[in-house]
Amino acid sequence: MLLDVRDLRVEFRTRDGVAHAVNGVNLSVDAGETLAVLGESGSGKSVTAQAVMGILDSPPGRVTGGEILFKGRDLLGLKEEERRRIRGAEMAMIFQDALSSLNPVLTVGAQLAEMFTVHRGMSRKDARARAVELMDRVRIPAARERVDDYPHQFSGGMRQRIMIAMAMALEPSLIIADEPTTALDVTVQAQVMDLLAELQRELDMGLVLITHDLGVVADVADRIAVMYAGRIVESAPVHDLYKAPAHPYTRGLLASIPRLDQKGRELYAIKGLPPSLTDIPPGCPFNPRCPMVRDTPCRTEVPPLFEVAADRGSACFFWEECLHG
Amino acid sequence: MAEPILQVRGLVKHYPLTQGILFRKQVGAVKAVDGVDLELGRGETLGVVGESGCGKSTLARLLVSLERPTEGSILFKGEDVTRLSGRALKAVRRNIQMVFQDPYTSLNPRMTVGDIIGEPFDIHPEVAPKGDRRRKVQELLDVVGLNPEYVNRYPHQFSGGQRQRIGIARGLALRPEVIVADEPVSALDVSVQAQVINLLDRLQGEFGLSYVFIAHDLSIVRHISDRVGVMYLGRIVEIGSDEEIYDHPTHPYTQALLSAVPVPDPEARRHRERIILTGDVPSPANPPSGCRFRTRCWKARERCALEVPLLAVPAAFRYAEGPAAHDSACHFAEEKQVVPPEGGTGPGAPPAKGDPGPGEPPAEGGGATRLT
Repeated sequence: MLLDVRDLRVEFRTRDGVAHAVNGVNLSVDAGETLAVLGESGSGKSVTAQAVMGILDSPPGRVTGGEILFKGRDLLGLKEEERRRIRGAEMAMIFQDALSSLNPVLTVGAQLAEMFTVHRGMSRKDARARAVELMDRVRIPAARERVDDYPHQFSGGMRQRIMIAMAMALEPSLIIADEPTTALDVTVQAQVMDLLAELQRELDMGLVLITHDLGVVADVADRIAVMYAGRIVESAPVHDLYKAPAHPYTRGLLASIPRLDQKGRELYAIKGLPPSLTDIPPGCPFNPRCPMVRDTPCRTEVPPLFEVAADRGSACFFWEECLHG
Repeated sequence: MAEPILQVRGLVKHYPLTQGILFRKQVGAVKAVDGVDLELGRGETLGVVGESGCGKSTLARLLVSLERPTEGSILFKGEDVTRLSGRALKAVRRNIQMVFQDPYTSLNPRMTVGDIIGEPFDIHPEVAPKGDRRRKVQELLDVVGLNPEYVNRYPHQFSGGQRQRIGIARGLALRPEVIVADEPVSALDVSVQAQVINLLDRLQGEFGLSYVFIAHDLSIVRHISDRVGVMYLGRIVEIGSDEEIYDHPTHPYTQALLSAVPVPDPEARRHRERIILTGDVPSPANPPSGCRFRTRCWKARERCALEVPLLAVPAAFRYAEGPAAHDSACHFAEEKQVVPPEGGTGPGAPPAKGDPGPGEPPAEGGGATRLT
């Protein structure tokens, strides 16, 4: 197992009290596998990614429990210096907004070359040559001429390619992509997702794709973990989940998106709003919005992740009913 | 189509690009909207889709008279809005209201919800006499599914979906006949999106509204629209009923756009053909000659650079009946099914997928079709 997250817990101290952003998350990714972490805003999906990368804003954020095993080593036990050596070289992250994640006052060539001078101790000249190579590899046209351009001179899609190039630079074994195509137009989104999948195959990397888009997940993921209020509520191979969801939240999400290939009547809407992380309801966090809710045990006990099938789990007491009905 | 309530003819909006500090001289123009014709029928929903920079938001602002067009006309019930001013313009504006994209920035944080929804009545006092306003505002809150008791709360006390409902209530306040909604749900979470879409649907029936619904999400547009127009670089390239556009697109841009939309069905991965366009949208300050899409089009030939294709039923389909015969601005329009019917490849799907079409030479700088 490349990455194995066990019972991860993260909280944030805020003015309104403690926000429980991640409450016991288990995830695992193998080499060459794509795991999609699906959730709405505030579900804790990005915080989980930041905790794994070790880039959590702390304070106010704090990992309060769990293990993050990367190639068998618990990252939470490492010193900051050691984690920094792993970051970039062995695991890398792609952010949603390329414009604000790239340094606006350095050329893209300089930023790419920095990966090689810092981590590999290369000379500037060699590093620059590698930067051009990388830009070629992510199919930026006229890479040699554009290596000295600044981020603002590139279009959104091209900037996201540069982000990908940077993440790939040291051929890491794990990439975490946090909404990598959300800011892009559909035609460009398709280009970027394609490129990412191709590089993943080539380098046999593990990919954690964090997204809210059920369409993107269906296109690229092998397995999917659905998050709600800081917990994984369902985890399954992607085909199984779309065919027969085993959690009412997943079922609601799938029913509430309009389809391109059919014109429906009224959309199914999940009633209510996601809970505030400072005030998660007792019992199952989804209970106030759930159409299948029963007073006991839903409002009193937190459901564990029940095993639905091999490699498939659902945190619903009535998963069988959900799966078959 | 029903009797048109809004007719747009040759609409153009250019924003000048200037140079120099003391003596500003115009060196060019951003052609945000560059010749748009469309009609909106009474009680109908017209969806407008396109990628960022295609001019769809500028079109929205022109329709509600937030901007003055450079050229062209907008007829509301036969009257040209662009020629009106003063009192006459104000009267027309009452009937065409807007719902904005971002519910976080389109509501004044220092005003209570009651003031926000009631503000239109200050401008058009004839709609609601002073003493009656509070009751009207509470009615509106109820209509959009918010608690009428919330009238004294401030926007920050509401979630994104609730704020968008406030924006919709404000749009409804003057009982307009047309509502222009610019990306009304794109800032919302998936589970909340459906609530707002259903609300818009219900209000349309209740108040007999006509919608212009602008969005980049093609699935949502199909769900809500009776007719759909596809925009590219300031022009409408294809327009027709939802079935014509989604199931029988004839413009290569529409086909590429539809094929790129991720479908929430992993089974579709296998039998779906994707048209991956190369390159980016050209700058609207300097659009390509002839057909604007030719720089990214896999069908582009010499004629495309010389002749601007008109938005009309293409010659190939002129005498044909059926859903392929609708307006499409392409010299080489061809039908191509890109959205697989639910549950597998339909009977109409061509067997040889992945070819860029019979006898089509791959043009330089063009795109590529391939199997995924």
